[in-house]
Amino acid sequence: MSVEATTLDSPAHVLDRQIMEVDIACAGFGPAMGGFLTALTHAWTKNPADPAFESKVAPGMPLQVVCYERADDLAAGVSGVVTRAQGIRASFPHLNPAEIPMAAEVSSERVLYLLDPIGASRRSALLRLGDFFLRFAGKLAGVRDHAFELPWTPKFLHKQGGLVLSIGQFNQWVGAQLMASGLVQIWPGTPVSEPLFEENISSHAGRHERAVAGLRLADQGVDRSGAPADGFMPGMDVRAQLTVVGDGPVGQIGRALDQKLGTPEGHARREWALGMKFVIELPEDASNPDALNKKALARDKVIEDAGGEDSTLQLGTVWHTFGYPEPEIFGFLYVHPHRLVSVGIFVPSWMGNPSRTAYRYLQHYIQHPALWRYLKDGTLRSWGAKSLEESGRRGEPFLTGNGYARIGEGSGSTNMLTGSGVDEAWTTGTQLGEAVVELLHAGLPFTQQNLSKTYEKNRRASWVERGAREAQNARNGFHGGIVKGMIGMALAGLTGGRLSMHAHIPPAHKQISRSSDGLTLKDAAAVALADGRPLHDALLSARGWPEIPFDGRLLVTHQDALLMGGKVQAMPGFADHVVFLDRELCIACIEKTCIAMCSGQAITLGDDDLPAFEREKCVHCGACLWNCAQSPDGEHSNIEFRAGSGGLHSAEN
Amino acid sequence: MPNAVHIVVCAGIVPDPLQTLEPITTPNGPGLKNEMVLPAVLDPWAASALYEAANLAAKNPGSKLWLVSLGPKAKLQQVMMTVAQKVAFELVPIDGPIGGFPDAHSTAQVLAETIAALPGLDQAKLLLFGGWESATRGAGVTLQLIGERLGITDQFQGVDQIDFRDDGSFEVLERVEGGKHQLSVCSGTPAVLGWATGNLPEPRNNPQIGMANMRTIMPALQKAKPATLAANGLRYVSASLPKQQRATRVVKDLTPDQIARELVAWIGAE
Repeated sequence: MSVEATTLDSPAHVLDRQIMEVDIACAGFGPAMGGFLTALTHAWTKNPADPAFESKVAPGMPLQVVCYERADDLAAGVSGVVTRAQGIRASFPHLNPAEIPMAAEVSSERVLYLLDPIGASRRSALLRLGDFFLRFAGKLAGVRDHAFELPWTPKFLHKQGGLVLSIGQFNQWVGAQLMASGLVQIWPGTPVSEPLFEENISSHAGRHERAVAGLRLADQGVDRSGAPADGFMPGMDVRAQLTVVGDGPVGQIGRALDQKLGTPEGHARREWALGMKFVIELPEDASNPDALNKKALARDKVIEDAGGEDSTLQLGTVWHTFGYPEPEIFGFLYVHPHRLVSVGIFVPSWMGNPSRTAYRYLQHYIQHPALWRYLKDGTLRSWGAKSLEESGRRGEPFLTGNGYARIGEGSGSTNMLTGSGVDEAWTTGTQLGEAVVELLHAGLPFTQQNLSKTYEKNRRASWVERGAREAQNARNGFHGGIVKGMIGMALAGLTGGRLSMHAHIPPAHKQISRSSDGLTLKDAAAVALADGRPLHDALLSARGWPEIPFDGRLLVTHQDALLMGGKVQAMPGFADHVVFLDRELCIACIEKTCIAMCSGQAITLGDDDLPAFEREKCVHCGACLWNCAQSPDGEHSNIEFRAGSGGLHSAEN
Repeated sequence: MPNAVHIVVCAGIVPDPLQTLEPITTPNGPGLKNEMVLPAVLDPWAASALYEAANLAAKNPGSKLWLVSLGPKAKLQQVMMTVAQKVAFELVPIDGPIGGFPDAHSTAQVLAETIAALPGLDQAKLLLFGGWESATRGAGVTLQLIGERLGITDQFQGVDQIDFRDDGSFEVLERVEGGKHQLSVCSGTPAVLGWATGNLPEPRNNPQIGMANMRTIMPALQKAKPATLAANGLRYVSASLPKQQRATRVVKDLTPDQIARELVAWIGAE
């Protein structure tokens, strides 16, 4: 049998690369990989002497399992998380949230429709009519602080019995347990640039079979373009019997597999959102989440009702919001221990305005009266952003192949009806872990057929798949407007996905509207030129959004946010990981939504209308990937998001 | 002619300096808010010492390199996943507390006893490396005390360079006032060198080095002996951060000189 190892770019090895052999190589460390490695480790620790766990590459030693993570630290994750934790609790039956910093049981849940107190939000006539009636009904309808609370939380949104988490702390907690076992090595600060492919000519069928043979680590000691520079060190080739791909929605390895091996018929990743959040420390007099709610005590006649408004936020409180700052933007608020609050928004790809942006909208969001009464006088502790892949099952790639399997958000596991992804990702990881253990015990190789009969079969039979099918078309209506979208979501949610709206989902670049704001664009351009601020920021001001009253503590400039919390940095010696493929397309592009949506202001307008990228500011959110208004091939972005070093450093996200 | 040396690097772990650090008072004395939540790194000064040590060991065949580190085992393990990819060493972990407030004498005692007991260590060939101060409190005391406890009288602080001569003596450059270095010549080992930044860039992450290191680091961590540090009557009256102010602007049309003038004026005004 002849074997030739290839990568995407080069048909043959040009450089002398170091090669290392392991049994299992993993790309990315997040909830999915945590689930996979936990399942593997749990099985191994039950009987470490089990010959099934003997390494094939280092006989006499246990399995050699390595996991490579781009972020500088396992704790440098980003996500505001509330989860039902069904799969997580199955892995840790005696889980005590107090063991995980910033974790808390969900104690209460609210769904709020936020009215616009300013009048700058772009709302349809139907929505304005609804707002008018709500304002008119006022307190009779339960409207308070320009917010209408739904009388009940829809069952499909419910997170009762679940947890609020800091994903960074959760990853760190899981990682510490995994590494303490001694079976697994998790290497942070190690970006992976591409998968290794092997072309095998099967002796049985005489046909080419393509397999993934491992991972190639990113070259170090290169200049911005990737050419060798001082201290050049070619990335090592890590060859493995099984490559587990859990590198998230914008991971380089997952996308490389899609490019080389294709995706299932009709599947494409066309729906996205940028989640951006603050972690805010509340002032002591506004909230004491660790104490009992005085109103509740008064209601239960434990203490006297002292009157006055309830200004406390309880530990484990979960809010879901919609309607503000723009109708398309959903928001959230979760209360962690020690007066910490995660509060954030999701800016979706179906929000067509080309100057859509996140940071300033987030600042307006937290100033909405319904939130501001709790958050004012708070202190910004950290900030972060990440892309969410919202195609769900419609974006699911091939889950298995010869020598590889895909798990987590990059495998389409996120449920966009329930708005949850962490538990689903975790569970896909445990499903693969259990499958791998089964195959090891059976002495079977990690072929596509074997992985499909175990991992895929279990996944298809699980609640993750059921939820994915129910959610599949839940958000179709949003491509026809917010009202249609909410109706569609309710329809899908209340019928378990049996009824839903139909929609044609265009590629991400076609979801960006080409229409300008007319007069406001001209006004904004004048403002932008005058004081040097970004155009999208000036556009918001021109539309009537008030200037942010910076206080240096909670309301800070975008650049200051990058410096707070854990800051943002990038190790020297790596190439630029955001690459603009066809510069002519960039020059011709009027929208330049990539600049407006860049979470870290790492993409700015450079010379000659070309975007300029500064890797030291990049938080690796991946927003640029799906906020490009151009496409060289009609489907994919003109921006490539490659493996790179650095990003956010905060441990409190 | 190469000089085989036995280098012991003492390196603590500290909260990642990029995080927001707030001093608080705990039942056990001063501390940092949410310290156990914060990611940790190897003390940056000591990290420079480690890279210089590895470079020296590589240039002098027959040399050995140990990294002795006192800290909670779980935190040490996390830090090692980054450090162990850089250079090859043998880890000697001590499971104990971290922070800028434990008594330096107690810390030095634990470290000195551990170093003296290292199997295979020839104290006649010993170079004791560390940071010239720690990133936790910057007192610059602990390494000197360790050296004294080990009976090493040749001590250098603020070191940026060491060069061996053929006869086993070596030259040391130490930082002094005015941005200058003092050149000293030491007749030979043992000696204590508290490093400043040295001259070497941070080594690249090398997975092969990492895998090789892990084969000894993991068992060492599992066998790490616990240590408690006596307070020795030390009591902190207060602790506070230096006052800091931030005002960030992005400018594209100013020259470096203009930016520098504006910064000088701003600093002067504060």
